Amino acid sequence: MARWEGTLKKIDDYRWEISQSYKAGMRVPGLIYADEPMLEHIREDQTPEQVANVACLPGIVSHSLAMPDIHWGYGFPIGGVAATRVEDGVISPGGVGYDINCGVRLLRTDLMVEEVSPKIEELVSELYRSIPSGVGSQGKLRLDQKEIDKVLLKGARWAVEKGYGEARDLEVTEANGTMPGGDPQCVSTKAKQRGGPQLGTLGAGNHFLEVQVVEEIYEPAIASAMGIERVGQVLLLIHTGSRGLGHQVCDDYVRTMGAAVQRYGISLPDRQLACAPVKSQEGKDYFAAMVCAANYAWANRQCITHWARESFIRVLGRSLRQLGLEMIYDVAHNIAKMEEYQVDGKRLSLCIHRKGATRAFPAGHPEVPEIYAEIGQPVLIPGDMGRYSYVLVGTERAMEDSFGSTCHGAGRVQSRSAAKRSLRGADVARGLAQRGITVKAGSMSSLAEEASEAYKDVAAVVEVAHRAGISRKVAKARPLGVVKG
Amino acid sequence: MAKRFEVIEHTADVGIAAYGSDLKEAFANAAYALFSLMVDLKQVGDTLYREVEITAENQEDLLVAWLNELIYLFEVESILFKRFRVDELTETRLKSRCYGQAIDPLRHKIKVGVKAATYHMLKVEKDNGSRVQVLFDI
Repeated sequence: MARWEGTLKKIDDYRWEISQSYKAGMRVPGLIYADEPMLEHIREDQTPEQVANVACLPGIVSHSLAMPDIHWGYGFPIGGVAATRVEDGVISPGGVGYDINCGVRLLRTDLMVEEVSPKIEELVSELYRSIPSGVGSQGKLRLDQKEIDKVLLKGARWAVEKGYGEARDLEVTEANGTMPGGDPQCVSTKAKQRGGPQLGTLGAGNHFLEVQVVEEIYEPAIASAMGIERVGQVLLLIHTGSRGLGHQVCDDYVRTMGAAVQRYGISLPDRQLACAPVKSQEGKDYFAAMVCAANYAWANRQCITHWARESFIRVLGRSLRQLGLEMIYDVAHNIAKMEEYQVDGKRLSLCIHRKGATRAFPAGHPEVPEIYAEIGQPVLIPGDMGRYSYVLVGTERAMEDSFGSTCHGAGRVQSRSAAKRSLRGADVARGLAQRGITVKAGSMSSLAEEASEAYKDVAAVVEVAHRAGISRKVAKARPLGVVKG
Repeated sequence: MAKRFEVIEHTADVGIAAYGSDLKEAFANAAYALFSLMVDLKQVGDTLYREVEITAENQEDLLVAWLNELIYLFEVESILFKRFRVDELTETRLKSRCYGQAIDPLRHKIKVGVKAATYHMLKVEKDNGSRVQVLFDI
């Protein structure tokens, strides 16, 4: 793929602008969060062009934003944030992506690494056994259409009512695990057929479960409020989304919107940006379906949480209370939300598309759970499977600069086939084992594709978000055991 | 045998370009490419078949809709397809027979999950031999 040769104007050490005059049709400038070495990678393919293309969406305000983990996607870049006016702007399924509400959930424990290390093989095997993973994996739940509709409306609350987890889990889930505004009638039968057998499954690709160890704490008071007390403490991270149901919803509505684009006279530089006015029937239907898929994803992570807890209880031989296996937070990183922001002195209702970006609300924001009212919303940033993950916290600056958003992960730098050419799954597993990381994966080639070498260093990504002020570093954890599809 | 398809490098996802003596064959080879990404097709039989019929606005949309229909059938009916016959291909309509086998977890190691065929970089070319191009979200 050709290198991008456009101009990036330096705003400060961590922000670079693509001028609105870069290409015809841009309604706002583009803005990329990155440091200078990262820019070189970003320029290697057409990622900045995609940032400029998003700037062409009707009703977009301020900037087409790119977080520091940005990489080349289809249509929208991955790591993109676009805010469009609800009044006269558009909503785009491509601005959310196929894996609607792909997201991350982090749990803390009272366990220390010394207690878990001797049993890590057994624990990882038990997690692998009790949580179905892999391509097209089917779960232990069998839902008929009526029950699926309940999942689509209630999300994680459905799971808790069925006995999967505790009411407290909902308090520390984005949108309390139940986003309002869903309408199961807007979700196709095909999507429901795909979703029915897959609830409570991890899936494949970059999705994983990880047993982690706290390695560094940067903000002890904030970390402590989240239940992260000391270096060596064991955490559990769950990374998955809405599975085939979300993929089908996206596909259905990209098709619908493809036709809508002509009807509403919208001209776009890339078909995958297909969109419709937020207030049009197509726009409203997509949003109602997307909400359903987002709720499905929260229910999915909630069911997985329950089985993961059971696995810990069985392997460690302690009660849930003794384990202290409680949720820190659950956050979406592929979603569209209706939120209000101050733009050029005016309060605007906006449709915030976050595609590979995390919400990062500050202390005191009404949507931040009460127990975090004084510290801000936890932001969970998984790295790749060989390296570390971060816990950050939202800031006021994010509200002013980035529509309450920050980065979501490491960001790929190497294609899957390039990773597979240079690495073998078995070697990757051996390398991880040498670093004391136990891995159980359904497929060796998926292991090679997701190897550390294929990703940016998440530490560099997080550093840019921290220094630019759109979130603050709280703690860092390294993996001890990984389950992959 | 002439090359049926090639993989196009993309950082996060995987693209393919498929060829044929006519467009029907290029479409069939694109579907073959899709399932080749997912599994070693030498291990897959072709005793089972489905007739798949698609209508869409144009041929580009037909290609995406057809491939997504096959992904849907793979997930819902657990069928791996390996042989494709496009019997009819107009500007807005495609009729096909797709042959494959139900997944046997002991024999079939799925290499990669494909979420969907996208409209990004989508091409259907009839001049200088038939060639189609599509990017999959992995």
